[in-house]
Amino acid sequence: MISLAMILFASLIFTGVVVRTKSLASGRKGPGILQPLKDVLRLLRKGTVFSETTSFIFQIASSIYFVSVLMAILVVPFGQSKGLISFDGDFVFFAYVLALGKFFSIISAMDTGSSFEGMGASREALYSMLAEPAFFVLMGSFAMLTGHTSFHGIFTALHFSSHVSYALGVLATFVLIMVAMIENSRMPIDDPKTHLELTMIHEVMILDNSGFGLGLFTYAVNLKFAMYGAIIANFFIGDVPWYYAVLVFTAVQVLFAVIVGLLESFTARFRMAHNATFIFTLTSASLLIFFGVLLLMGKFI
Amino acid sequence: MLLCCIADDAAGNILVSSALVNCSQTLPSFTAQRLAFHKFEREINENFGIEYIDHPWLKPVRFPQNRATGQSTIANYPFFRIESEELHEVGVGPIHAGVIEPGHFRFICNGEQILHLEIQLGYQHRGIESLFLEKKKLLQRTTLAESIAGDTVAGHTTAFVNLWETLCGYEADEDLQFTRTLALELERIAIHTGDLSAICTDIAYQLGSSVFGRLRTPVINYFQSWCGNRFAKSLIRAGQNHFPFNETLAEQLLKMLDAFEPDFDEMWAEFHTLPSALSRLEKTGVVTKEQVSNIGTVGMAARMSSISRDIRATHPHDLYPTLAHEPIIKHHGDVYSRTHIRYDEIKQSISYIRRLLEKIPPENKDRKALKKPAANAFSISLTEGWRGEICHCAITDERGELVHYKVKDTSFHNWLALALAVRNNEISDFPVSNKSFDLSYCGHDL
Repeated sequence: MISLAMILFASLIFTGVVVRTKSLASGRKGPGILQPLKDVLRLLRKGTVFSETTSFIFQIASSIYFVSVLMAILVVPFGQSKGLISFDGDFVFFAYVLALGKFFSIISAMDTGSSFEGMGASREALYSMLAEPAFFVLMGSFAMLTGHTSFHGIFTALHFSSHVSYALGVLATFVLIMVAMIENSRMPIDDPKTHLELTMIHEVMILDNSGFGLGLFTYAVNLKFAMYGAIIANFFIGDVPWYYAVLVFTAVQVLFAVIVGLLESFTARFRMAHNATFIFTLTSASLLIFFGVLLLMGKFI
Repeated sequence: MLLCCIADDAAGNILVSSALVNCSQTLPSFTAQRLAFHKFEREINENFGIEYIDHPWLKPVRFPQNRATGQSTIANYPFFRIESEELHEVGVGPIHAGVIEPGHFRFICNGEQILHLEIQLGYQHRGIESLFLEKKKLLQRTTLAESIAGDTVAGHTTAFVNLWETLCGYEADEDLQFTRTLALELERIAIHTGDLSAICTDIAYQLGSSVFGRLRTPVINYFQSWCGNRFAKSLIRAGQNHFPFNETLAEQLLKMLDAFEPDFDEMWAEFHTLPSALSRLEKTGVVTKEQVSNIGTVGMAARMSSISRDIRATHPHDLYPTLAHEPIIKHHGDVYSRTHIRYDEIKQSISYIRRLLEKIPPENKDRKALKKPAANAFSISLTEGWRGEICHCAITDERGELVHYKVKDTSFHNWLALALAVRNNEISDFPVSNKSFDLSYCGHDL
């Protein structure tokens, strides 16, 4: 329960912190931290316009996408306390419930029949596919190390092993940050600020969404960020009282948001063709973790 | 009568040939010999209905009005097509997501790769050339010249006033020439800086986008404090100078440049060493020297591919003879070359401005009035705007009234270079290629 509450709280401010960081980095004052949230609320109050060429898929996709993210959040633990749902193999559930939401967002983009949205959908499908092995090698390695197959089991067991696990934690943080950037279509994979349909990934897929549906898609991005932030925070929380855990969690989330903001301020987006290569290198980083785990377990001679 | 004017860069003169033709006549085309003529012959065909036998593709240049035949519209326009199950077409525009002008781009793509781009413009056609004949007052014509392309006010107005003064047999005083030269160089700095910002925006490099964007402001604001308009409208007038330059203005300008340069250099040093930015710019949107000379591009779009083509050097006007301009040449023809040219040209313009400010010509208080344009005259004027060569021509009748006015903006035939540049590139690199050319829609559409 505390995990859900904390992630919801973090999702309220996450994008605000990112936007503020970017504004400060470019010498502007920037909007208030809550501005992105207010934008979402404004969208949620608006009516929705559906294109005549779309079918019911387009109409349900935004809700399914949003709910899939919420479902995924339910299995994310918080320090020593479990998520609302926790069972063996829940990280597989986590990955595929997100994939389900993504599947619907992809087919709803195809549903509009727009050539832009088709391009965005094909990019999104490709990049999600390439990011999948990175996530599973990462989580699988930790499952092997700890002997548990649920998020909660893995994270509680992780902190009772040696300090090397913290080193693995740092590497895992890098992979997770990058997976989060890919999943949320942020820099350096995609530029969320651009107005150029030809270079977009996520934004171009939701071009036809408006009002309530657009609000759900927009808020789902905040939730996803907070969710990945929570997973990253779990690597660092350890066995501490809950009030310390809350502090660590908040610090990790804010730091994550600032890193995202700085990354988006001081680098240029990758060339589209380099994205695939880059995403695949995340799998090699995950493989490093895998070998690190083998080393820890003494499986290497 | 068909007139053909070709500038000879080596000799620094303009070759003019003419032929009497009948509009109903069918002619052999120059295009069959030389690609560079294709756009001009299409325009002649569109405006006067002259048919060419061996022109490869007489596709429309602009859409509505002023056409010999009013038949073709965008609805029945035959775009180039490829019948294939595997390729797909992406149509962009004419209305775009950003605040840019209307233009239709039709890509034929193999996945992410562009095989072919067809650019169809003409949505901004305002009939500028016929308005020049309809509007009889000089002031009206001057403001018309100012409105040909909003980003090239100094360029087009200088081309117009130089043309007009020549028609009237008027020798421009040095202070008038000074104003024009200074305005052209300031405009170059302002637009190039804005373009650097836009290139950064298109590759999602936020720091460059905001810093270059901020640096453009003091330059255009300087125009505001000089003549009351940030785009230098009302600054340049034939035979008049409403805003004479003086020591106070010079001081302000130097102060502005002194503040501009260090920030600009610092940002450039950061930008052109940033690996993620370079990987987007280098080898993107390459136009080879051969393609460039076939199309006959002018201005930056020629200088990016080892072709030295600069009116300031070959046909210098106003105070350019005293500056002895050396064109800046790059060799790769890619987005990076076009970006780097901008940096170098800004630095060069700043040094020219500093040299110009050393000797400010005094205002001529006792200026002669402009006479009426000469009768039965043909006059042509070339100006190097920030984008490249701008050409205005005028023909007068026996009473000294304009009977024909022709404007050729740099963009007119440079657009084809963009279409070739993006071939075999990723479609997501199109925006940055487009921005690196920064061609004008309304300058083309007139």
